[in-house]
Amino acid sequence: MEDFLISVFKMAVPLLLCSLGTLFSEKAGTINIGLEGSMLTGALFGALGSYWTGSPYVGAVIAMCSSMILTLLFAFFAVTICASQIVMGVAINTIATGLTISLNRIFLTSNGVVRVNGFKNIAIPFFSEIPVIGKVLFNQTLPAYLAYILVFVTWFVYSKTDLGLKIRAAGEHPTACDTVGINVIRLRYGTLLYSGIMAGLAGAYISTGQLSAFSEGMISGRGFTAYAAVIFGNFTPFGVFRSCMIFAVGMGLQYRLQAMDTPISYYFWMMLPYLITIVALCIYRNRSNAPKYSGIPYAKN
Amino acid sequence: MAILEMRHVSKYFGKVAANVDVNLSVDEGEVHALLGENGAGKSTLMNILYGLYGPTSGHVYLNGEKLNVRTPKDAINKGIGMVHQHFMLIPALTVIENMVLGMESNHAVLDLKKSAAEFAAMAENYDMPIDPWAKVSSLSVGQQQRAEILKALYRKANLLILDEPTAVLTPQEATVLFTAIRRLTQEKFTIILISHKMDEIMEVCDRCTVLRQGKVVATIPVSEITDTGQLAELMVGRQIKLTMDKKPSKPGKSILSLQNISYKDKDMVPKLKHVSFQIQAGEIVGICGIDGNGQSELVRCITGLLHPDEGKVLFKEEDITRVHTSEILRKGISHIPEDRHGMGMLMNMSVNENLILMSFRNPPYSRRNILNWKWIRSHNKKLVETYNVKTPDIDERAGNLSGGNQQKFVVGRELDRKPDLLVAMHPGRGLDIGATKFIQQRLLDERDRGAAVLLVSTELDEIMELSDRIVVMNSGNVAGILNQAEATREQLGLMMAGGK
Repeated sequence: MEDFLISVFKMAVPLLLCSLGTLFSEKAGTINIGLEGSMLTGALFGALGSYWTGSPYVGAVIAMCSSMILTLLFAFFAVTICASQIVMGVAINTIATGLTISLNRIFLTSNGVVRVNGFKNIAIPFFSEIPVIGKVLFNQTLPAYLAYILVFVTWFVYSKTDLGLKIRAAGEHPTACDTVGINVIRLRYGTLLYSGIMAGLAGAYISTGQLSAFSEGMISGRGFTAYAAVIFGNFTPFGVFRSCMIFAVGMGLQYRLQAMDTPISYYFWMMLPYLITIVALCIYRNRSNAPKYSGIPYAKN
Repeated sequence: MAILEMRHVSKYFGKVAANVDVNLSVDEGEVHALLGENGAGKSTLMNILYGLYGPTSGHVYLNGEKLNVRTPKDAINKGIGMVHQHFMLIPALTVIENMVLGMESNHAVLDLKKSAAEFAAMAENYDMPIDPWAKVSSLSVGQQQRAEILKALYRKANLLILDEPTAVLTPQEATVLFTAIRRLTQEKFTIILISHKMDEIMEVCDRCTVLRQGKVVATIPVSEITDTGQLAELMVGRQIKLTMDKKPSKPGKSILSLQNISYKDKDMVPKLKHVSFQIQAGEIVGICGIDGNGQSELVRCITGLLHPDEGKVLFKEEDITRVHTSEILRKGISHIPEDRHGMGMLMNMSVNENLILMSFRNPPYSRRNILNWKWIRSHNKKLVETYNVKTPDIDERAGNLSGGNQQKFVVGRELDRKPDLLVAMHPGRGLDIGATKFIQQRLLDERDRGAAVLLVSTELDEIMELSDRIVVMNSGNVAGILNQAEATREQLGLMMAGGK
């Protein structure tokens, strides 16, 4: 049970990092399904950075920069050019898939790199000694602590600050924002770049935090799951947290059940997290908090 | 003393002139009306003042100082506030969140409780109380407008621009608004009121500047205006008949008969309670009442968009209570819906395509499911001409037309089918005087042709002028049925409010 909980809280980290970032860009009125690609890019550069410098932390910074640049490309087309955000998102994912495979083969596989330095667990004195909870919560890597702290920080920014109010307004009625002097374009750029940075960190956590290696296509839908978590969480910080935890339970269950050698095919268990995602989205139709101008480019006339 | 002066302001969009050499002078503490038909350049002029557009030439002076506003933010900082016709409030947020949104004086962390207390005190002070914690989406249209005005005041505006403020209001809400306007001028606020309704200008304004085709035609004190015909003439540029040719009605046999109609909505709130009346061929029955007293539901029950829980709808003695809408329309009922954009037309399709929505299944529009575009085009060209629809050509995207021209082609489409019953809901809402009169005259023509007409309107004048009989509705009940000749405004107002 303890192992299971530890794995759930680990699984939830990349989802949380990515979806808490995306929450802001979604509320500001953009739809970025390129998260998958951003995470993948982050995963590769996290591993590359760690391989080059020996430090997973430097790797994480490089990962964040790389996926931010990729998101900048998305933002330029989606916000400035007013291109279709869905098409651009697909394009980003396609670019990221090709890019990561190429770079992986050039720099990592061809040099025979199998493992890179990963994040080390940092046990918090005293708290980590508490039975069960200590091992589950207080013996984590740095990005994991960050993810859980970020839930509260995100809630605070989202609901208590001037910036949060502007972001929430930008996706609801951009013209109205314009008439009170809010720069909608800048808000959308800002939130998209932030979500890109967070997706990069989430990717780096997957390659250098969970596995200490990069493998092609290793994100395997977790970017989309993070996106789904924002919708399933009804676009609120704690809602996002809850849905990330539910999805993480699904993922944790998947590995458990695979290992348990049940008569049901192992492929079925692999489907489980995705199945939970789909079912959750079908059951939970309350989109009362969804931004009204979601995915509609704002062009000043 | 002039607080605002616009000197020789011109604005061109490409080659199209929206404003030509406009001079406007507004005194402190006055209510200054900007009167003009749709497209006369009123909104453009005010958008220049508010920093949404830059003028092509000319200057604006505020308090004798040359004004250089490039964005709404500049205008707000200079004390100019604008209440747009389509409210610039965010429905998903609370009133107080809307108030502080985007203000430069905000701290990074908001103290909404403190702001709400200040705001509530200010609203109270101007006799416009409102709950700061209410979600905007839960407010009535009148309250939302109040919130918009307060938003401008909260930003320390002393010059308020109100763009067609009564277009969305019921007569009662309009009265409340006028009281608020008078209260504000007592406090030395200056108000510019954009309008095309002459009655409200006479009621609440001090001076009036008339715009026609982008140019100023006249600026006159309202006290010097003797009759509204004079204003209308200035506005339209030709004599306009404000009274209509209305011959005595010759009612024929019963066309529509409603028997004991009751309807509850999905929250089980009764919207219609045992409504019964009938309409004969060759008469206009006007339904008057404050918006939301069951008019929408009644019209929907007749057109088959809703099925009543109880009662019967008889059309020419045939029960159509549970008949499908397409079938009902085919039987000879035309419908000019309340929500033009939502129900009356398809914004992204051409005028040509919009005009055949009701008939494209029938010959000669189509045969064996193949549309006869050649016939349709020539037919629609005639229709557009007959109904005076101003459009570059019939392939223009319908959404690009002005509201008046959109309504004209909707009316044209519905009347072209020569209906036995015409159901018209708010046919003149948001239209200028020329277009409204045109459409009203068409309704009278239909009546004289022998059609039965059901007119639903919140404008008492429209009801009084056009109807032969008047049905007053109040919270889903028929509060009374009167002959037009016997009805007085006071009596109708009382019945609308629920008295006897």
